Amino acid sequence: MSGGRYSALALLRGALGGQQHWGRAWRSPEPAPSYDVVIIGGGGHGLATAYYLAKVHGIRRVAVVERSWIGGGNTGRNTTIVRSNYRQPQLQRMLDHSLKLWESLSDELNYNVMFSPRGALFLGHSDADMTRLAERGDALVAQGIDAELMDRAAVAKLIPLLDMSPDVHWPVQGGLMQWRGGTARHDAVAWGFARAADRLGVDIIENCEVTGYVRDGERVTGVTTTRGTIAASKVAICVAGNSGHVAGLAGLRLPIESHTLQAYVTEAVKPMIDTVIMSQSLHCYISQSDKGGIVAGGDPDFFPSYAQRGQPLRLEDAIAQALALVPALSRLRMVRCWAGVTDMSFDGSPIIGDTPMDGLYLNGGWCYGGFKATPGSGWLYAHHLATGKPHDLAAPFDLARFAEGRTIDEAGVGPMPQHR
Amino acid sequence: MLLIACPHCGPRAQEEFSYERTTDSVVTTEAAPDAAMTALFTRENPRGVAEEIWRHTYGCRGWMVFRRDRISHAISDIRPLGPEPLA
Repeated sequence: MSGGRYSALALLRGALGGQQHWGRAWRSPEPAPSYDVVIIGGGGHGLATAYYLAKVHGIRRVAVVERSWIGGGNTGRNTTIVRSNYRQPQLQRMLDHSLKLWESLSDELNYNVMFSPRGALFLGHSDADMTRLAERGDALVAQGIDAELMDRAAVAKLIPLLDMSPDVHWPVQGGLMQWRGGTARHDAVAWGFARAADRLGVDIIENCEVTGYVRDGERVTGVTTTRGTIAASKVAICVAGNSGHVAGLAGLRLPIESHTLQAYVTEAVKPMIDTVIMSQSLHCYISQSDKGGIVAGGDPDFFPSYAQRGQPLRLEDAIAQALALVPALSRLRMVRCWAGVTDMSFDGSPIIGDTPMDGLYLNGGWCYGGFKATPGSGWLYAHHLATGKPHDLAAPFDLARFAEGRTIDEAGVGPMPQHR
Repeated sequence: MLLIACPHCGPRAQEEFSYERTTDSVVTTEAAPDAAMTALFTRENPRGVAEEIWRHTYGCRGWMVFRRDRISHAISDIRPLGPEPLA
């Protein structure tokens, strides 16, 4: 038994015995010879897919195979920001569905994912920025998504530590706030989905790298792994960052290039920034974790890379931008920086659904925005795997859109990920 | 930070260079629609060595081809790229 239900009462009861009764949160099973669905990739998206397959669709003969340990890839290498205030309506609808799942996720999983809707604010630095933000706000409200345009005084009041001097290079004129946005605890998301999926019978198989596919003619009927061959009615790729490599094992070429994105965290301090601050003119995003560290990030490295480390130059840029906005941060020490490998798709939007091969499915291309989509991505992918058809919200994000000229280009830069 | 040997300028800082695309993703005006589509929208994206077109943007502005490892970032070969079509 994996530790029973988590509750205040269980914690209190455990106190009498020195909290020694807690079991492992999920099993560590040997791979079975066959499953209904094998999900490649034990990150948040793969685990969420497994959970919703079991929970919503009753498909419990599911394995999640992970090359390393679960949540050790991009799920643990982001800035934990959750929001749905995108530009394109297809992305707005899909990500707001995800945001609604975030709102009840801790109860759903019986695991505290520490979702904290503390507000996510885009700063506007010029008249043009403010016009653009006002337009986006109107578009969001028309989709039923919350957005509030804030003037300079309101932003100054909300974030007293922002540099509001009029003569700085990037003066703050106002902002666009999504109050329902915020942050969550990234590891807890992976662990929560893993534990909940395990309890529904899903096998989570760590340290198991997929090395190829088993085929019957043109159909994919399983995977070969470092822990043996596993047969599956459906094989679901869910390895954003490494989609090119894993799809490449089947001979597929995707509209995706892998790039590196860095972020960093400072020492923990008392609450000083209680909302998420973002600037799309600067490409900088800052928030404070519940532990107190200031988490911030900036631009990707602008060239293809599978290295989970970034250039010092880009890190310096990200730090300079954060200091320009919140000068008080200059007194903090950076304690850690990291980089994730991002699946940069050629229109900036994810790919969810069929591949040209029967029995093989793809969920990837999340660029640098995958964390916020974790529960929604799993929900939509599970729907596709269970029913064989895309969910309405996922239908625009099929792989065929590139050949058919239906790209969903949030940044409007075409197939050039280094300009995104 | 890498020091990259520009075939025209010699060793220069990485920040002067910018990535363009892979050599197999150049779209020519003569390409058939299917081939153009493949070149434009699909990539091998190898977890290993790739042949890429880079530019010494903040230097001589010349184009060049790198053979570059996408895990270690080691560049094993650099050759200048002229106006003649890629082999």
